[in-house]
Amino acid sequence: MLAIIDYGVGNLFSLRCSLEKVGAEVVVSRDPAVLRQAEKLILPGVGAFGDAAEKLRASALDRVILQEAADGKPLLGICLGMQLLFETSEEYGTHQGLGLLRGRVVSMEGRIPASLPIPHMGWNALHFQQPACPLFSGIQEGDFVYFVHSYYAVDCADSLAATAQYGADLTAAVAQGNVYGCQFHPEKSGRIGLQILKAFCDLEV
Amino acid sequence: MITKRIIPCLDVKDGRVVKGVNFLGLADVSSPVKLAQFYSDCGADELVFYDITASAEGRALFTDILRETASQVFIPLTVGGGINTIDDFDRVLKCGADKVSVNSGAIRNPSLIQEAAKKYGNQCVVLSCDVKRVDGEFRVFAKGGREDTGLEAIAWIKSCVAAGAGEVVVNSIDTDGVRQGFDLPMLEAVCAAVHVPVIASGGAGSAEDFVTLFQTIPDLSAGLAASIFHFGEVEIPALKRMLREHNIHVRD
Repeated sequence: MLAIIDYGVGNLFSLRCSLEKVGAEVVVSRDPAVLRQAEKLILPGVGAFGDAAEKLRASALDRVILQEAADGKPLLGICLGMQLLFETSEEYGTHQGLGLLRGRVVSMEGRIPASLPIPHMGWNALHFQQPACPLFSGIQEGDFVYFVHSYYAVDCADSLAATAQYGADLTAAVAQGNVYGCQFHPEKSGRIGLQILKAFCDLEV
Repeated sequence: MITKRIIPCLDVKDGRVVKGVNFLGLADVSSPVKLAQFYSDCGADELVFYDITASAEGRALFTDILRETASQVFIPLTVGGGINTIDDFDRVLKCGADKVSVNSGAIRNPSLIQEAAKKYGNQCVVLSCDVKRVDGEFRVFAKGGREDTGLEAIAWIKSCVAAGAGEVVVNSIDTDGVRQGFDLPMLEAVCAAVHVPVIASGGAGSAEDFVTLFQTIPDLSAGLAASIFHFGEVEIPALKRMLREHNIHVRD
Protein backbone atom coordinates (compact mmCIF):
# COMPACT_ATOMS: atom_id res chain seq x y z
CA MET A 1 0.00 0.00 0.00
CA LEU A 2 1.11 3.50 -0.89
CA ALA A 3 0.07 6.55 1.12
CA ILE A 4 -0.40 10.10 -0.11
CA ILE A 5 0.31 12.40 2.81
CA ASP A 6 -2.70 14.65 3.31
CA TYR A 7 -1.64 17.74 5.24
CA GLY A 8 -4.26 20.09 3.86
CA VAL A 9 -2.37 21.37 0.85
CA GLY A 10 -3.71 21.11 -2.66
CA ASN A 11 -5.79 18.85 -4.74
CA LEU A 12 -5.04 15.17 -4.36
CA PHE A 13 -7.78 13.85 -6.63
CA SER A 14 -5.74 13.65 -9.84
CA LEU A 15 -2.71 12.26 -8.06
CA ARG A 16 -4.77 9.51 -6.50
CA CYS A 17 -6.43 8.67 -9.84
CA SER A 18 -3.10 8.55 -11.66
CA LEU A 19 -1.63 6.16 -9.08
CA GLU A 20 -4.69 3.93 -9.29
CA LYS A 21 -4.34 4.01 -13.07
CA VAL A 22 -0.87 2.42 -12.77
CA GLY A 23 -2.25 -0.24 -10.47
CA ALA A 24 -1.24 1.08 -7.05
CA GLU A 25 -3.29 0.51 -3.93
CA VAL A 26 -3.56 4.07 -2.62
CA VAL A 27 -4.66 5.63 0.62
CA VAL A 28 -4.84 9.37 1.32
CA SER A 29 -4.15 9.95 4.99
CA ARG A 30 -2.83 12.19 7.73
CA ASP A 31 -2.96 9.44 10.34
CA PRO A 32 0.62 8.70 11.50
CA ALA A 33 -0.29 5.03 12.07
CA VAL A 34 -1.49 4.66 8.47
CA LEU A 35 1.56 6.46 7.11
CA ARG A 36 3.87 4.21 9.16
CA GLN A 37 2.11 1.16 7.80
CA ALA A 38 2.39 2.23 4.16
CA GLU A 39 5.18 0.75 2.05
CA LYS A 40 5.80 4.04 0.30
CA LEU A 41 4.95 7.68 0.89
CA ILE A 42 4.15 10.51 -1.47
CA LEU A 43 4.44 14.10 -0.29
CA PRO A 44 2.33 16.28 -2.63
CA GLY A 45 1.89 20.04 -2.49
CA VAL A 46 0.96 23.20 -4.29
CA GLY A 47 0.94 26.77 -3.01
CA ALA A 48 3.46 28.59 -0.87
CA PHE A 49 6.41 26.88 0.83
CA GLY A 50 6.06 28.67 4.18
CA ASP A 51 2.39 27.72 4.64
CA ALA A 52 3.00 24.13 3.65
CA ALA A 53 6.02 23.73 5.94
CA GLU A 54 4.01 25.24 8.79
CA LYS A 55 1.13 22.80 8.17
CA LEU A 56 3.53 19.86 8.23
CA ARG A 57 4.97 21.00 11.54
CA ALA A 58 1.60 21.91 13.08
CA SER A 59 0.28 18.42 12.31
CA ALA A 60 3.56 16.82 13.50
CA LEU A 61 3.64 14.99 10.17
CA ASP A 62 7.15 16.38 9.61
CA ARG A 63 8.43 14.07 12.37
CA VAL A 64 6.62 11.08 10.89
CA ILE A 65 8.11 11.76 7.45
CA LEU A 66 11.63 12.23 8.83
CA GLN A 67 11.39 9.03 10.86
CA GLU A 68 9.99 6.94 7.99
CA ALA A 69 12.57 8.31 5.55
CA ALA A 70 15.34 7.54 8.06
CA ASP A 71 14.02 3.99 8.27
CA GLY A 72 14.52 3.63 4.53
CA LYS A 73 10.93 3.91 3.32
CA PRO A 74 10.72 5.23 -0.27
CA LEU A 75 9.47 8.81 -0.27
CA LEU A 76 8.49 10.83 -3.35
CA GLY A 77 7.96 14.58 -3.12
CA ILE A 78 6.01 16.19 -5.95
CA CYS A 79 6.27 19.87 -6.94
CA LEU A 80 6.13 21.82 -3.67
CA GLY A 81 6.43 18.43 -1.96
CA MET A 82 9.84 18.04 -3.61
CA GLN A 83 10.90 21.52 -2.55
CA LEU A 84 9.96 20.70 1.06
CA LEU A 85 12.58 17.93 1.07
CA PHE A 86 15.33 20.58 1.05
CA GLU A 87 16.81 22.63 3.88
CA THR A 88 15.38 26.08 3.20
CA SER A 89 13.29 28.16 0.82
CA GLU A 90 13.38 31.88 0.17
CA GLU A 91 9.74 32.07 -1.00
CA TYR A 92 8.24 35.08 0.87
CA GLY A 93 10.99 35.14 3.54
CA THR A 94 13.23 32.30 4.65
CA HIS A 95 11.56 29.07 5.69
CA GLN A 96 12.88 25.77 6.98
CA GLY A 97 12.12 22.62 5.02
CA LEU A 98 12.48 19.00 6.06
CA GLY A 99 16.21 18.99 5.38
CA LEU A 100 16.22 15.45 3.99
CA LEU A 101 18.25 16.68 1.02
CA ARG A 102 21.00 19.26 0.90
CA GLY A 103 20.07 22.38 -1.02
CA ARG A 104 17.82 25.39 -0.96
CA VAL A 105 14.85 26.65 -2.95
CA VAL A 106 15.17 30.02 -4.69
CA SER A 107 13.16 32.24 -7.04
CA MET A 108 13.70 32.11 -10.80
CA GLU A 109 13.49 35.88 -10.79
CA GLY A 110 16.91 37.26 -11.68
CA ARG A 111 18.32 33.78 -12.34
CA ILE A 112 16.74 33.27 -15.77
CA PRO A 113 16.62 35.79 -18.65
CA ALA A 114 14.03 38.51 -18.05
CA SER A 115 12.34 37.68 -21.38
CA LEU A 116 11.08 34.33 -20.08
CA PRO A 117 7.67 34.28 -18.38
CA ILE A 118 7.43 33.18 -14.76
CA PRO A 119 5.96 30.70 -13.71
CA HIS A 120 7.83 28.13 -15.78
CA MET A 121 4.60 26.64 -17.03
CA GLY A 122 4.22 23.93 -19.64
CA TRP A 123 5.90 20.85 -21.09
CA ASN A 124 9.68 20.68 -20.97
CA ALA A 125 12.25 17.98 -21.72
CA LEU A 126 14.04 16.00 -19.01
CA HIS A 127 17.83 15.84 -19.12
CA PHE A 128 19.12 13.01 -16.99
CA GLN A 129 21.88 13.70 -14.50
CA GLN A 130 21.47 10.22 -12.97
CA PRO A 131 20.54 8.11 -16.02
CA ALA A 132 20.31 5.00 -13.85
CA CYS A 133 17.84 6.58 -11.43
CA PRO A 134 15.06 4.01 -10.89
CA LEU A 135 12.40 6.70 -11.46
CA PHE A 136 13.50 6.88 -15.10
CA SER A 137 13.05 3.20 -15.84
CA GLY A 138 10.88 3.02 -18.96
CA ILE A 139 11.33 6.64 -20.04
CA GLN A 140 14.00 8.34 -22.12
CA GLU A 141 16.28 11.35 -22.01
CA GLY A 142 14.37 14.20 -23.68
CA ASP A 143 10.90 12.97 -22.75
CA PHE A 144 8.49 15.78 -21.91
CA VAL A 145 6.81 16.39 -18.56
CA TYR A 146 4.56 19.16 -17.28
CA PHE A 147 5.94 21.89 -15.01
CA VAL A 148 4.27 24.72 -13.07
CA HIS A 149 6.58 26.56 -10.67
CA SER A 150 8.29 29.86 -9.97
CA TYR A 151 10.92 28.59 -7.48
CA TYR A 152 13.48 25.85 -7.91
CA ALA A 153 16.12 23.95 -5.97
CA VAL A 154 19.80 24.93 -6.16
CA ASP A 155 23.01 23.73 -4.47
CA CYS A 156 21.64 20.21 -4.65
CA ALA A 157 24.39 18.39 -6.55
CA ASP A 158 24.20 15.46 -4.10
CA SER A 159 20.72 14.50 -5.19
CA LEU A 160 20.27 16.06 -8.67
CA ALA A 161 18.74 13.43 -10.97
CA ALA A 162 17.39 15.47 -13.91
CA THR A 163 17.26 19.04 -15.13
CA ALA A 164 15.05 21.02 -17.51
CA GLN A 165 16.38 23.90 -19.59
CA TYR A 166 14.55 27.21 -19.12
CA GLY A 167 17.14 29.94 -19.37
CA ALA A 168 18.98 27.99 -16.68
CA ASP A 169 19.30 24.31 -15.81
CA LEU A 170 16.36 23.97 -13.45
CA THR A 171 16.28 21.08 -11.00
CA ALA A 172 13.58 18.79 -12.39
CA ALA A 173 14.07 15.59 -10.39
CA VAL A 174 16.12 14.51 -7.40
CA ALA A 175 17.07 11.14 -5.95
CA GLN A 176 19.26 10.22 -3.02
CA GLY A 177 18.94 6.84 -1.35
CA ASN A 178 15.25 6.24 -0.69
CA VAL A 179 14.29 9.93 -1.09
CA TYR A 180 12.97 11.04 -4.49
CA GLY A 181 11.42 14.19 -5.84
CA CYS A 182 9.88 15.59 -9.03
CA GLN A 183 9.51 19.33 -9.57
CA PHE A 184 7.13 18.56 -12.43
CA HIS A 185 3.69 16.96 -12.04
CA PRO A 186 3.90 13.29 -13.05
CA GLU A 187 0.14 12.97 -12.54
CA LYS A 188 -0.34 15.60 -15.26
CA SER A 189 2.42 14.46 -17.62
CA GLY A 190 0.47 11.98 -19.71
CA ARG A 191 1.99 8.59 -20.52
CA ILE A 192 5.51 9.62 -19.42
CA GLY A 193 4.28 10.83 -16.05
CA LEU A 194 2.31 7.64 -15.45
CA GLN A 195 5.42 5.61 -16.25
CA ILE A 196 7.43 7.60 -13.65
CA LEU A 197 4.75 6.96 -11.04
CA LYS A 198 4.73 3.29 -11.98
CA ALA A 199 8.52 3.18 -11.58
CA PHE A 200 8.15 4.60 -8.07
CA CYS A 201 5.40 2.11 -7.25
CA ASP A 202 7.57 -0.73 -8.56
CA LEU A 203 10.58 0.12 -6.35
CA GLU A 204 11.61 -2.87 -4.24
CA VAL A 205 11.14 -2.28 -0.55
CA MET B 1 13.49 23.93 -23.87
CA ILE B 2 9.88 24.69 -23.05
CA THR B 3 7.40 23.81 -25.79
CA LYS B 4 4.52 25.80 -27.25
CA ARG B 5 1.23 24.40 -25.99
CA ILE B 6 -1.75 23.47 -28.14
CA ILE B 7 -4.96 23.66 -26.13
CA PRO B 8 -8.41 22.53 -27.27
CA CYS B 9 -11.23 24.31 -25.47
CA LEU B 10 -14.44 22.48 -24.69
CA ASP B 11 -17.49 24.63 -24.02
CA VAL B 12 -19.81 22.50 -21.91
CA LYS B 13 -23.52 23.05 -21.49
CA ASP B 14 -25.79 20.55 -19.74
CA GLY B 15 -23.08 17.92 -19.97
CA ARG B 16 -22.36 18.27 -23.68
CA VAL B 17 -19.67 20.07 -25.68
CA VAL B 18 -20.83 23.05 -27.70
CA LYS B 19 -19.07 25.82 -29.57
CA GLY B 20 -20.58 29.11 -30.62
CA VAL B 21 -19.59 31.18 -33.59
CA ASN B 22 -19.04 34.72 -32.34
CA PHE B 23 -20.67 33.38 -29.16
CA LEU B 24 -24.03 32.88 -30.91
CA GLY B 25 -25.71 29.85 -32.46
CA LEU B 26 -24.58 26.88 -30.38
CA ALA B 27 -24.07 23.48 -32.01
CA ASP B 28 -23.70 20.19 -30.12
CA VAL B 29 -20.46 18.36 -30.82
CA SER B 30 -19.70 15.46 -28.51
CA SER B 31 -19.24 13.96 -25.05
CA PRO B 32 -16.76 16.00 -22.97
CA VAL B 33 -15.10 12.97 -21.37
CA LYS B 34 -14.64 11.14 -24.68
CA LEU B 35 -13.46 14.26 -26.44
CA ALA B 36 -10.96 15.00 -23.65
CA GLN B 37 -9.55 11.47 -23.83
CA PHE B 38 -9.35 11.72 -27.61
CA TYR B 39 -7.45 15.01 -27.46
CA SER B 40 -5.07 13.71 -24.80
CA ASP B 41 -4.30 10.69 -27.01
CA CYS B 42 -3.74 13.03 -29.99
CA GLY B 43 -1.11 15.03 -28.13
CA ALA B 44 -3.08 18.01 -26.83
CA ASP B 45 -0.89 19.66 -24.19
CA GLU B 46 -3.68 20.83 -21.95
CA LEU B 47 -7.46 21.11 -21.96
CA VAL B 48 -9.84 23.90 -21.08
CA PHE B 49 -13.36 23.07 -19.93
CA TYR B 50 -15.63 26.06 -20.06
CA ASP B 51 -18.92 25.71 -18.20
CA ILE B 52 -21.58 27.76 -19.96
CA THR B 53 -24.43 26.26 -17.98
CA ALA B 54 -26.73 28.61 -16.13
CA SER B 55 -28.84 26.19 -14.08
CA ALA B 56 -27.91 24.50 -10.79
CA GLU B 57 -28.63 21.05 -12.31
CA GLY B 58 -26.34 21.82 -15.21
CA ARG B 59 -23.63 22.91 -12.79
CA ALA B 60 -23.84 19.65 -10.84
CA LEU B 61 -23.67 17.74 -14.11
CA PHE B 62 -20.56 19.73 -15.03
CA THR B 63 -18.69 18.80 -11.85
CA ASP B 64 -19.61 15.13 -12.41
CA ILE B 65 -18.15 15.32 -15.89
CA LEU B 66 -15.07 17.10 -14.59
CA ARG B 67 -14.46 14.40 -12.02
CA GLU B 68 -14.89 11.66 -14.59
CA THR B 69 -12.50 13.41 -16.97
CA ALA B 70 -9.84 14.04 -14.32
CA SER B 71 -9.91 10.39 -13.30
CA GLN B 72 -9.14 9.27 -16.86
CA VAL B 73 -7.17 12.02 -18.55
CA PHE B 74 -3.75 12.85 -17.14
CA ILE B 75 -2.89 16.20 -18.69
CA PRO B 76 -3.50 19.64 -17.18
CA LEU B 77 -7.10 20.72 -17.00
CA THR B 78 -8.21 24.34 -16.72
CA VAL B 79 -11.80 25.08 -15.78
CA GLY B 80 -13.67 28.30 -16.38
CA GLY B 81 -17.18 29.65 -16.59
CA GLY B 82 -19.26 30.81 -13.66
CA ILE B 83 -16.28 31.32 -11.35
CA ASN B 84 -17.36 34.16 -9.07
CA THR B 85 -16.24 33.20 -5.57
CA ILE B 86 -13.57 31.28 -3.68
CA ASP B 87 -16.20 28.56 -3.19
CA ASP B 88 -16.38 28.18 -6.97
CA PHE B 89 -12.60 27.66 -7.04
CA ASP B 90 -12.96 25.09 -4.32
CA ARG B 91 -15.78 23.27 -6.09
CA VAL B 92 -13.88 22.70 -9.35
CA LEU B 93 -10.45 22.13 -7.79
CA LYS B 94 -11.90 19.31 -5.68
CA CYS B 95 -13.19 17.68 -8.87
CA GLY B 96 -9.78 17.59 -10.49
CA ALA B 97 -9.22 20.99 -12.11
CA ASP B 98 -5.59 22.12 -12.00
CA LYS B 99 -6.17 25.73 -12.91
CA VAL B 100 -9.22 27.92 -12.67
CA SER B 101 -9.97 30.65 -15.12
CA VAL B 102 -11.83 33.78 -14.08
CA ASN B 103 -13.46 36.24 -16.44
CA SER B 104 -16.58 38.22 -15.50
CA GLY B 105 -16.16 37.10 -11.88
CA ALA B 106 -12.94 39.11 -11.61
CA ILE B 107 -14.68 42.19 -13.03
CA ARG B 108 -17.57 41.91 -10.57
CA ASN B 109 -15.34 41.12 -7.60
CA PRO B 110 -11.96 42.87 -7.93
CA SER B 111 -10.46 41.03 -4.95
CA LEU B 112 -11.27 37.54 -6.28
CA ILE B 113 -7.94 37.04 -8.07
CA GLN B 114 -5.92 38.17 -5.09
CA GLU B 115 -7.85 35.98 -2.64
CA ALA B 116 -7.63 32.95 -4.93
CA ALA B 117 -3.92 33.45 -5.60
CA LYS B 118 -3.24 33.71 -1.89
CA LYS B 119 -5.19 30.55 -1.15
CA TYR B 120 -4.22 28.36 -4.12
CA GLY B 121 -1.09 30.01 -5.55
CA ASN B 122 -0.68 32.19 -8.65
CA GLN B 123 -0.13 29.14 -10.84
CA CYS B 124 -3.72 28.13 -10.21
CA VAL B 125 -5.34 31.40 -11.24
CA VAL B 126 -5.86 32.10 -14.93
CA LEU B 127 -7.27 35.40 -16.13
CA SER B 128 -9.49 34.91 -19.16
CA CYS B 129 -10.32 38.08 -21.00
CA ASP B 130 -12.68 38.75 -23.92
CA VAL B 131 -11.33 41.76 -25.79
CA LYS B 132 -12.79 43.83 -28.63
CA ARG B 133 -11.71 47.03 -30.31
CA VAL B 134 -13.94 49.99 -29.43
CA ASP B 135 -13.14 53.58 -30.38
CA GLY B 136 -9.54 52.71 -31.19
CA GLU B 137 -8.75 50.96 -27.91
CA PHE B 138 -8.82 47.38 -26.66
CA ARG B 139 -11.89 47.05 -24.45
CA VAL B 140 -12.76 44.26 -21.97
CA PHE B 141 -16.15 42.64 -22.53
CA ALA B 142 -18.06 40.66 -19.91
CA LYS B 143 -20.89 38.11 -19.91
CA GLY B 144 -19.56 35.96 -22.73
CA GLY B 145 -18.67 38.96 -24.87
CA ARG B 146 -22.06 40.68 -24.73
CA GLU B 147 -21.34 43.58 -22.39
CA ASP B 148 -18.80 46.37 -22.82
CA THR B 149 -17.28 46.97 -19.38
CA GLY B 150 -15.56 50.20 -20.43
CA LEU B 151 -12.29 48.81 -19.06
CA GLU B 152 -9.17 49.26 -21.19
CA ALA B 153 -7.86 45.74 -21.73
CA ILE B 154 -4.09 46.14 -21.35
CA ALA B 155 -4.40 48.07 -18.08
CA TRP B 156 -6.97 45.55 -16.82
CA ILE B 157 -4.76 42.56 -17.67
CA LYS B 158 -1.74 44.19 -16.01
CA SER B 159 -3.72 44.85 -12.84
CA CYS B 160 -4.97 41.24 -12.73
CA VAL B 161 -1.44 39.89 -13.15
CA ALA B 162 -0.24 42.23 -10.38
CA ALA B 163 -3.05 40.84 -8.20
CA GLY B 164 -1.82 37.28 -8.75
CA ALA B 165 -3.07 35.82 -12.05
CA GLY B 166 -0.38 33.34 -13.15
CA GLU B 167 -1.50 33.03 -16.74
CA VAL B 168 -3.62 35.03 -19.19
CA VAL B 169 -5.95 33.79 -21.93
CA VAL B 170 -6.70 36.55 -24.42
CA ASN B 171 -9.74 35.92 -26.56
CA SER B 172 -10.26 38.40 -29.37
CA ILE B 173 -13.95 38.90 -30.06
CA ASP B 174 -12.99 40.63 -33.31
CA THR B 175 -11.40 37.46 -34.72
CA ASP B 176 -13.36 34.77 -32.82
CA GLY B 177 -15.32 32.49 -35.14
CA VAL B 178 -14.07 34.29 -38.24
CA ARG B 179 -11.33 31.69 -38.86
CA GLN B 180 -8.97 34.11 -40.57
CA GLY B 181 -6.18 33.80 -38.01
CA PHE B 182 -5.40 35.00 -34.50
CA ASP B 183 -5.52 38.68 -33.52
CA LEU B 184 -1.78 39.33 -33.72
CA PRO B 185 -1.71 43.06 -32.84
CA MET B 186 -3.86 42.51 -29.76
CA LEU B 187 -1.78 39.52 -28.59
CA GLU B 188 1.46 41.37 -29.19
CA ALA B 189 0.25 44.24 -27.02
CA VAL B 190 -0.66 41.85 -24.18
CA CYS B 191 2.64 39.92 -24.40
CA ALA B 192 4.58 43.17 -24.20
CA ALA B 193 2.65 44.22 -21.10
CA VAL B 194 2.89 41.16 -18.82
CA HIS B 195 5.53 38.68 -17.67
CA VAL B 196 3.34 35.58 -17.20
CA PRO B 197 2.45 32.96 -19.84
CA VAL B 198 -0.04 34.30 -22.42
CA ILE B 199 -2.43 32.03 -24.35
CA ALA B 200 -3.87 33.17 -27.69
CA SER B 201 -7.53 32.47 -28.40
CA GLY B 202 -10.01 33.39 -31.12
CA GLY B 203 -9.62 33.18 -34.85
CA ALA B 204 -7.72 29.97 -35.65
CA GLY B 205 -8.95 28.65 -39.00
CA SER B 206 -6.05 26.45 -40.08
CA ALA B 207 -2.77 24.91 -38.92
CA GLU B 208 -0.93 27.71 -40.74
CA ASP B 209 -2.56 30.22 -38.38
CA PHE B 210 -0.69 28.60 -35.45
CA VAL B 211 2.61 28.76 -37.38
CA THR B 212 2.04 32.46 -38.07
CA LEU B 213 1.05 33.01 -34.44
CA PHE B 214 4.23 31.54 -32.92
CA GLN B 215 6.51 32.95 -35.62
CA THR B 216 5.14 36.47 -35.23
CA ILE B 217 4.94 36.46 -31.42
CA PRO B 218 7.60 34.07 -30.07
CA ASP B 219 6.77 35.14 -26.50
CA LEU B 220 3.32 33.51 -26.64
CA SER B 221 3.12 30.31 -24.62
CA ALA B 222 0.13 28.62 -26.18
CA GLY B 223 -2.63 28.66 -28.77
CA LEU B 224 -6.20 27.73 -27.92
CA ALA B 225 -9.02 26.78 -30.26
CA ALA B 226 -12.28 24.87 -30.25
CA SER B 227 -14.33 24.26 -33.37
CA ILE B 228 -11.45 23.61 -35.78
CA PHE B 229 -10.37 20.77 -33.49
CA HIS B 230 -13.88 19.51 -32.70
CA PHE B 231 -14.86 19.29 -36.36
CA GLY B 232 -11.54 17.68 -37.31
CA GLU B 233 -10.53 20.50 -39.65
CA VAL B 234 -7.19 20.71 -37.89
CA GLU B 235 -5.81 17.50 -36.42
CA ILE B 236 -3.39 17.99 -33.54
CA PRO B 237 -0.71 15.48 -34.69
CA ALA B 238 -0.60 17.11 -38.14
CA LEU B 239 -0.57 20.58 -36.58
CA LYS B 240 2.39 19.64 -34.38
CA ARG B 241 4.22 18.16 -37.36
CA MET B 242 3.78 21.41 -39.25
CA LEU B 243 4.96 23.50 -36.27
CA ARG B 244 8.03 21.27 -35.95
CA GLU B 245 8.80 21.71 -39.67
CA HIS B 246 8.83 25.44 -39.00
CA ASN B 247 11.26 24.98 -36.09
CA ILE B 248 8.64 25.75 -33.48
CA HIS B 249 9.31 23.62 -30.44
CA VAL B 250 6.39 21.34 -29.53
CA ARG B 251 5.96 18.21 -27.45
CA ASP B 252 6.09 14.89 -29.37
